[in-house]
Amino acid sequence: MCLAIPARVVKISESDQAIVDLGGVRKDVSLALVEDVQVGDYVIVHVGYALTRLDPEEAEKTLALMAEAGLTEQAAGA
Amino acid sequence: MSGQVKKGYARPLDIRHGRVDLSHGGGGRAMVQLISELFARHLANEYLAQGNDGACLPPGQGKLVVSTDSHVVSPLFFPGGDIGCLSVHGTVNDVAVMGATPLYLTAGFILEEGFPLADLARIVESMAKAANEAGVKLVAGDTKVVEQGKGDGVFITTTGVGFLPEGIHLSGDLARPGDVVLVSGSVGDHGVAIMSKRENLGFDVPILSDTAALNGLTTTMLASGATIKVMRDPTRGGLAATLNEIAQQSGAGIHLEEAAIPVKPEVDAACELLGLDPLNIANEGKLIAICAAGDAEKLLAAMRAHPLGREAAVIGKVVEDPNGFVQMQTRFGGRRMVDWLSGEQLPRIC
Amino acid sequence: MKYVDEFRDGAVAQGLAKAIAAEVRPDRRYHFMEFCGGHTHAISRYGVPDLLPANVRMIHGPGCPVCVLPIGRIDLAIHLALERGAILCTYADTLRIPASGGLSLMKAKARGGDIRMVYAVTDALKIARDNPDKEVVFFAIGFETTTPPTAVAIQQARAEGLKNFSVLCCHVLTPSAIMNILESPEVRALGTVPLDGFIGPAHVSTVIGSRPYEFFAEEYRKPVVIAGFEPLDVMQAILMLVRQVNEGRATVENEFTRAVTPEGNTKAQHLVSEVFELRRSFEWRGLGEVPYSALKIREGYADFDAERRFHLEYQPVPDNKACECGAILRGVKQPTDCKLFGTVCTPENPMGSCMVSSEGACAAHYTYGRHKDIEATLP
Repeated sequence: MCLAIPARVVKISESDQAIVDLGGVRKDVSLALVEDVQVGDYVIVHVGYALTRLDPEEAEKTLALMAEAGLTEQAAGA
Repeated sequence: MSGQVKKGYARPLDIRHGRVDLSHGGGGRAMVQLISELFARHLANEYLAQGNDGACLPPGQGKLVVSTDSHVVSPLFFPGGDIGCLSVHGTVNDVAVMGATPLYLTAGFILEEGFPLADLARIVESMAKAANEAGVKLVAGDTKVVEQGKGDGVFITTTGVGFLPEGIHLSGDLARPGDVVLVSGSVGDHGVAIMSKRENLGFDVPILSDTAALNGLTTTMLASGATIKVMRDPTRGGLAATLNEIAQQSGAGIHLEEAAIPVKPEVDAACELLGLDPLNIANEGKLIAICAAGDAEKLLAAMRAHPLGREAAVIGKVVEDPNGFVQMQTRFGGRRMVDWLSGEQLPRIC
Repeated sequence: MKYVDEFRDGAVAQGLAKAIAAEVRPDRRYHFMEFCGGHTHAISRYGVPDLLPANVRMIHGPGCPVCVLPIGRIDLAIHLALERGAILCTYADTLRIPASGGLSLMKAKARGGDIRMVYAVTDALKIARDNPDKEVVFFAIGFETTTPPTAVAIQQARAEGLKNFSVLCCHVLTPSAIMNILESPEVRALGTVPLDGFIGPAHVSTVIGSRPYEFFAEEYRKPVVIAGFEPLDVMQAILMLVRQVNEGRATVENEFTRAVTPEGNTKAQHLVSEVFELRRSFEWRGLGEVPYSALKIREGYADFDAERRFHLEYQPVPDNKACECGAILRGVKQPTDCKLFGTVCTPENPMGSCMVSSEGACAAHYTYGRHKDIEATLP
C-alpha cells in the first residue's frame, strides 16, 4: 500500500502526464500533484501519480552520511 | 444412368476472415473440415492420420509417465509466446522433469463462438512448431465450441506421455541435508511478460516470456552423471512455491542466497513498480534441480553447456529443519523466510 | 535502479550495524516504533532485525491503512457491489480482508459482484467512462500519501461531468493515529511499555512535511526521525534515534531529506483540503473511535460521495474476541502473544487486520520471520 518508488522522467506528454523509467521499465504517471518537473528529474511515484521530486544532492549527502557512520566505527577500532 | 455421385463442392474455410461458429463443434462435416483444413494441416503425423477415435502407439522402454495441464492464459498472445506453444511446453516439461523422455501429446480445445480462425491458425501453427522442436508428436485431439460469452477465446488442455528409463528415480521427497539447489536461469520472466501486456508497461528491452521445452536440457543433465534427487519447473507460485513444496515433501529446510538467484534487472524493476516479488512469479522455461553436494559443479557445468541453461546457478542448499522452512540470506545481510503465498499473485498467468 | 539499489547496499549495512552496536548503551533497552506499514514490510523483508543489537527492539505501529480499516467499511463496499449493482473498484490490498457473513470482496466477486482491482484511481475513472449506464464506486483507502490522488480524480470527474462516478472515502490521518498510541493507557503509564521514539513514515511525510511531527516531539518528549523507504534509511534513522535518546534530546529529524521538506507538498495539501474535510470521529480497527482522524468529502463535491449518493449507513462490527490486533497495533503486544497467531489465524485464513495485509505486523512476521520462533539448525 505504501508502495512508492523513485523513477526518472523521460518524457512529458500533454498537460500533467509523463512517462517515467525505472531500471528500464516505463510507465505513465500523472504530474497533477507536482510542479516544474523537467525531463531527467527523478520523482517518487505512488499509485500512478508523482508525489514529489527527489533531490539528487540530498540523496548523495545521505549516502555519504551512511557510509561515514560505518567508517567512523571502523576507524575507532570498534 | 449417370455414374458416381459427384463429390459436392466444399467451400474451403476462410481462415483470414472467418470465425468459429457452433457448427464447428457439432461433430459433423463442419467440424471435420475445421480439423482437416486447420488442425491437421499443421499437426500432421502418422498417428493423427490413423483417423480413429484413439491413437495406437508402440510400446516403449521403461515405466510410462503421464501428465496433464490446462491452459487459460490471458492474453492469448504475449511477448515471447502464445497459448499454443505454452500448452506444448508446459506438458512436455512436466514429463521431462520426472526424468522421462516425452514422446506424445494430446490436445483438447474449447473454442468460443466468434473466435477468429486466423488467431486459431496462428495458435495451432505455434503448437506444431513447438512440438516439432521438442521432438514430440500430437497424436489425438478434441474440439468443442461454446456459445459466445461462455469461454474466453480458447482454452487448451494437453496431456503428455513419455517413458522413464530404468534406474532413474526423481522425487520431491528425496532432498537431504547437504544437497545443493540449482536453478536453470533467471526467474520471474514469464509472469512479468504477461503483466507488462496487461498493465501497458513499456520496456527499454522487452521482457519476453521464457516459455520453452526443457526436455533437451533435462536429458543433458541426466547424462552428466550427477546424482539428481529432484527436478521441478516453478510455474504458478514461482520459485517460492516449488521449493516450499519440496521442503515439505522431504521434511527438510532450504537455505537460499538472494545474491545468487538470477533475476533480470528489468524484471526486478517491473516487480518493484507493481509491488511483486520475483520469487513468487510463474516461470515457463526454467527448472530447479536438487543434487548431491559433490555433484553440483558437474551438474552446473552440464547445464551451462546447454542453450537453455546458460545462466544456471547454484542458489542454495538443503538443511536439517523438521519444520521444512525455506529461508533466505538477503543481499542486505539479514535473513528472512521465503514463504509460499496463498495463491499466484497474478490471475490467468498460464 | 537508481536511488533504490544504493540504499540497499549490504556493505554499508554492515557499517551501520557496527555503528549502532557501538553507540547503544549496554545498560538500557531501546524501543522504537516504526509507524508506517511500508517500513514494517521493509524491515521484515530485508531481515533488518538480524543487524540490530539485542537491546534495540522495533515495535510495529498501526500505519497500515488496510489493517486499520474496520470490517463495517468492507461491508459497505460489498453491499454496493452485491446489492446496489455498482461496479466497485478497489486497490488489490482490500480483496481478501474477511468481512461480515463469511464474505470478503474476493468472495463477493465469486458471488457475482462486479468488483475490479485497479492499480490507480485513474483506472476507476476510465471504467466509469466506459460504463455510462452503471454506477462506479472507488473504494478509497490509505493515509496522506494516497489521499491526493483521490482528490485529483474527484476534481477530474467533476471537470468531465461524469455522472456515474463516486468515492467511498476511508482516508485516514497519520498524526491522529500517533496521538492515539501516545495517549493509550499502557504507553502513558510510566514503567509499562516504554516507547523511546518513532520512525516517521516516508511517503506520508513527502506530502505532509516534517512539521506536523514537532508537536509530538515537544508535547510527549519523544524523538521522531523521518526515514526513507529503503532498509539503509531505516538503519540510519535508528542510529539517529539512538543518539537522540542517549543525549536526552526529543526533536524531529529528517533522514529522508531527498524527498521530505518541512512544509511538504503544499500543492497536494491544497488539493486535498479543497475536496475533503475532517470527520469528527472515525472507527479504526483495533483502536476504536479516534477523533479527527479521518476525512470525508466536502458538501461541494457531494455528488461524488458514495455515502450520500447511496444513503449508506455505517454499522460497526466487533472483532473476534481472541484477536489481539488492537494491542498489537498499539505496540503493546507482539504477534506471538496472540493465541490465534499461526494456528487459526494465518495469511490464508486471516482472522484480524494485522494478518490480512502484507504490511501488518502479524503477516510480516509470519511470512518473513516466524523461523525465529523456532530453532533451525544449520549443517
